[in-house]
Amino acid sequence: MTDASNAGGVFEQRAETVLDRDGLDVLVRVLRRRGRTVIGPTVRDGAIVLDELDSADALPYGWGVELEAGRYRLRRREDGAAFAHSAGPQSWKSFLHPERVRQWSADRGPDGAPVVREEAQERISYAFLGVRPCDLRAIQILDRVMSGGRYRDPTYLSRRTGAFLIAAECTEPGATCFCVSMGSGPAADAGYDLALTEVVDDAGHRFLCRSGSEEGAAVLAELPRRSADDPTREAAAQAVSAAAERMGRSMPLVDLRTLMRDNLEAERWDDVTARCLSCGNCTMVCPTCFCTTTEDVTDLTGDHAERWRLWDSCYDLDFSHLQGGPVRATPRSRYRQWLTHKLGTWHDQFDSSGCVGCGRCIVWCPTGIDLTEEAHALHREAAHRERTP
Amino acid sequence: MSTPTTPQPPARPRLGVFKLASCDGCQLTLLDCEDELLCIAAELEIAHFPEASSEPAPGPYDLVLVEGSVSTPEHLERIRRIRADARHLVTIGACATAGGVQALRNYADVEGYLATVYARPEYIETLAASTPISAHVAVDFELRGCPIDRGQLVEVITAFLAGRKPAIPNHSVCFSCKRRGNVCVTVAHGTPCLGPVTHAGCGALCPTYGRGCYGCFGPAGTTNLPALVPLMQRDGMSEEDIGRFLHTFNVTAFTAVEEQGQPGTTDAEGPG
Repeated sequence: MTDASNAGGVFEQRAETVLDRDGLDVLVRVLRRRGRTVIGPTVRDGAIVLDELDSADALPYGWGVELEAGRYRLRRREDGAAFAHSAGPQSWKSFLHPERVRQWSADRGPDGAPVVREEAQERISYAFLGVRPCDLRAIQILDRVMSGGRYRDPTYLSRRTGAFLIAAECTEPGATCFCVSMGSGPAADAGYDLALTEVVDDAGHRFLCRSGSEEGAAVLAELPRRSADDPTREAAAQAVSAAAERMGRSMPLVDLRTLMRDNLEAERWDDVTARCLSCGNCTMVCPTCFCTTTEDVTDLTGDHAERWRLWDSCYDLDFSHLQGGPVRATPRSRYRQWLTHKLGTWHDQFDSSGCVGCGRCIVWCPTGIDLTEEAHALHREAAHRERTP
Repeated sequence: MSTPTTPQPPARPRLGVFKLASCDGCQLTLLDCEDELLCIAAELEIAHFPEASSEPAPGPYDLVLVEGSVSTPEHLERIRRIRADARHLVTIGACATAGGVQALRNYADVEGYLATVYARPEYIETLAASTPISAHVAVDFELRGCPIDRGQLVEVITAFLAGRKPAIPNHSVCFSCKRRGNVCVTVAHGTPCLGPVTHAGCGALCPTYGRGCYGCFGPAGTTNLPALVPLMQRDGMSEEDIGRFLHTFNVTAFTAVEEQGQPGTTDAEGPG
């Protein structure tokens, strides 16, 4: 979007069209010709990762995934689909909010006083290809966190402003997905420049496509396409609505914010603590976890200093280190902090849940801790407590 | 008109490098700092470093790096003398910080080993246990690894020169993996990996090349070994395999974690 705040707002959606596989090839070429760095899913190291795409050939055609708590496996798909896989080990956060950013550097001037040099913001013009609706929501949440308040993060803004987002509606949820519970999928409702719905059936492999911005319409106009036919439209709508019925996980049907707020002393926190490694993987793969730490480094001469910002995690013992020690010294308090923030106090801070139901934290937790299971257990424990006064 | 005097550069802090029972790999890391070595030599007077110079200068030293574990009665004496000569004492490597692989004997019959290995065991003077330096003298900073990481060594020296705390995190190797964008070898491939309980510092070297972490930096600041062991069993390791996996370069440190069991579930929670 040329303006992050224009996410699907005033632009009137254009008529749907249909692209074939060669349409995707041209799409990547057009975006690259427009100076975009195209990022999309591709297979590497036994997973579908996000990386720069030189061409649409690098898309994971014919690859799907099998997901479970603490388990991820690639599997071959007969249908050759490109976007029939759910969230992988990274999210778009890796590009919009990089793990390591130099914020400023300083050199000792001739009079001995340091001369500080602000870091020039690298201008990267991204196009993200294949953004799931849950991840589209995650980007909107990050927009509020990183640029919606009093402090606007220049690194985030330089990467986000003008980023071109191509959504791929979800037709293949994983066993760990619950976007329906979080209201963030499987259809893309707003916040994209182009939205694709992949259809593979006897009539061929194609993508129903609609634009969500002026630039999206302009890009679409450069692609080989045909007007949408009813069977394709119906097949696409059917695939997305079927996906909504095939969520592998769900949240309890209660106000999660209240559930978190009212159960801070639940016994369940002890149970999950026994399984939690405090390794921080859940926060690192979460598409909305944004916490960072600051590291000041000097060189051996002491004449040059730099300040770096690095991804950090509330599971790191040093994350809450204040005068005298860490505030959250036990794994119990750290897990509780993460879950109650993600599902509860995020609302107070940013007017929404911090969770989009992508399921990454479930898959990439080595011990398979499942936040939906934890929420259900907290709910059951609270209900039991109410019944037995 | 007074002539401005050129201020004399202050005397460089003096560096001493010592070893006890060890393989020399950690102190050689200093010589491996090829790009930084001239600068280190300019900022510090390398007063005692037998691997680099055959003319050791006597103490006191401002910064002392010690590798190796306390393994013989003579080491017990030496480490006290080294400490007395050191303004700041930094121990480097798994031997100095955890007793090293030679601490395997702490869980075995040393007399039996001596009789098996040496033709004339009576010539060997050894302690029953190999122990970290911190078990005997006060240590100002412990740098982990087998061997230590070159970048971390330069950071510790640089921080010493600047009078600041070294930026050496206490968290797990998982942090490094995720920051590098690695695909988790346990979750995606079912490869046993000690990364979730191991101290970061290597930059997740092994998982980056598709193999599991084998814990050469010792336990992280916070660990939950009982939660990890079932995963290693699931991925094909027997109890004996897991014991061997944990009992390598940092055998005493991981054994301490095993004995400690599950992490505490209560804490005096402060504000926030």
